[in-house]
Amino acid sequence: MPALDQTLDEVLNLAAAHFKVPREKLAPDDDFFKTLGIDSLQALDLLTRLEHHFRIELPDYELQGVSDFRTLAERIQSRL
Amino acid sequence: MTEHKGEMLSWQIVNGAIELGLHREPCNEIGSAMLEELEQFAGALPELMKGAHALILHSARPAGFCAGADLRELYQRARGMEKAEALRGVRDFLERIHHVMNAIDALPLTTIAAVHGVTFGGGFELALVCDIIIADRMTRFCFPELRLGLIPGFGGIPRLKRDLGNAVVRDLLLTGRGFNVMKAQQIGLVSQIAAEGEALRVARATASQVGKFDRATTAAAKKFVKPIPYEELKQEIDIFCDLYAQPAVEEGLRRFVENEGPQPYLP
Repeated sequence: MPALDQTLDEVLNLAAAHFKVPREKLAPDDDFFKTLGIDSLQALDLLTRLEHHFRIELPDYELQGVSDFRTLAERIQSRL
Repeated sequence: MTEHKGEMLSWQIVNGAIELGLHREPCNEIGSAMLEELEQFAGALPELMKGAHALILHSARPAGFCAGADLRELYQRARGMEKAEALRGVRDFLERIHHVMNAIDALPLTTIAAVHGVTFGGGFELALVCDIIIADRMTRFCFPELRLGLIPGFGGIPRLKRDLGNAVVRDLLLTGRGFNVMKAQQIGLVSQIAAEGEALRVARATASQVGKFDRATTAAAKKFVKPIPYEELKQEIDIFCDLYAQPAVEEGLRRFVENEGPQPYLP
């Protein structure tokens, strides 16, 4: 299992690449809705991409109230 | 009428396949106007079928195939109405959409849902009426209704029960969780996975293949393997209406509609 830091790094890389935001502008504790400028439908798209990338299932209800990259990475880590 | 370009739906025949496209912003929510166009489509089917061997349902909206029932309209319409009147309106809507869904389900053609992105609630139910679901890699399915105090009302439960094992149905329904295309194929829901943006192309290739077969044979085979659970479909409407009458539903819909946060209100 990769370390949380590695998982977090992969989350940030994927989000930056897909939503075309410079990677250096994303920080672990950023609100991804604001930093990426995405709505709830785009957040679902991000979730699906992360599931494919990490080869996991992550029910959306586990992300209720989650809006920062670090917590998102922690939820993913718990499924690896 | 073999070609139609409406506000929310378009249809035409392409290489022997009827193509029904959904294009209501933001994600093909099914409200009364969409229902009226779906009824027009159902009415046009006898004529369309004369020149077709397959039907493909697809969406032109980038966000997905269909986000399901228009909950905002459902909530807003009921406001200011007596409960009994609102309930009659809901039952009428459900009976009308069931009529359309059942007509598509029973078509003697091979029907294909080419889906992508958000395929939730009533959108998922629309895909379930088709014989084959072809999903692009980024498709996400969900029956979130229980999270608002309801059950799927457009025929979803009887059709899920027809197509999948009961343990899977319980999981999807009782947790209300969304799931991706890999899971959907694993449980037998999705027939083929297409690359991102390629579901319609793959559906057309499949429609072209089934077009080689004798139409009467296809119709006989389909009738044999795909029973329509009419009694359960009627029961579903009754259960939905019973639940809709509960105060918790109005509160759930209110919170969903009035929510201004970045995430939808789906507890």
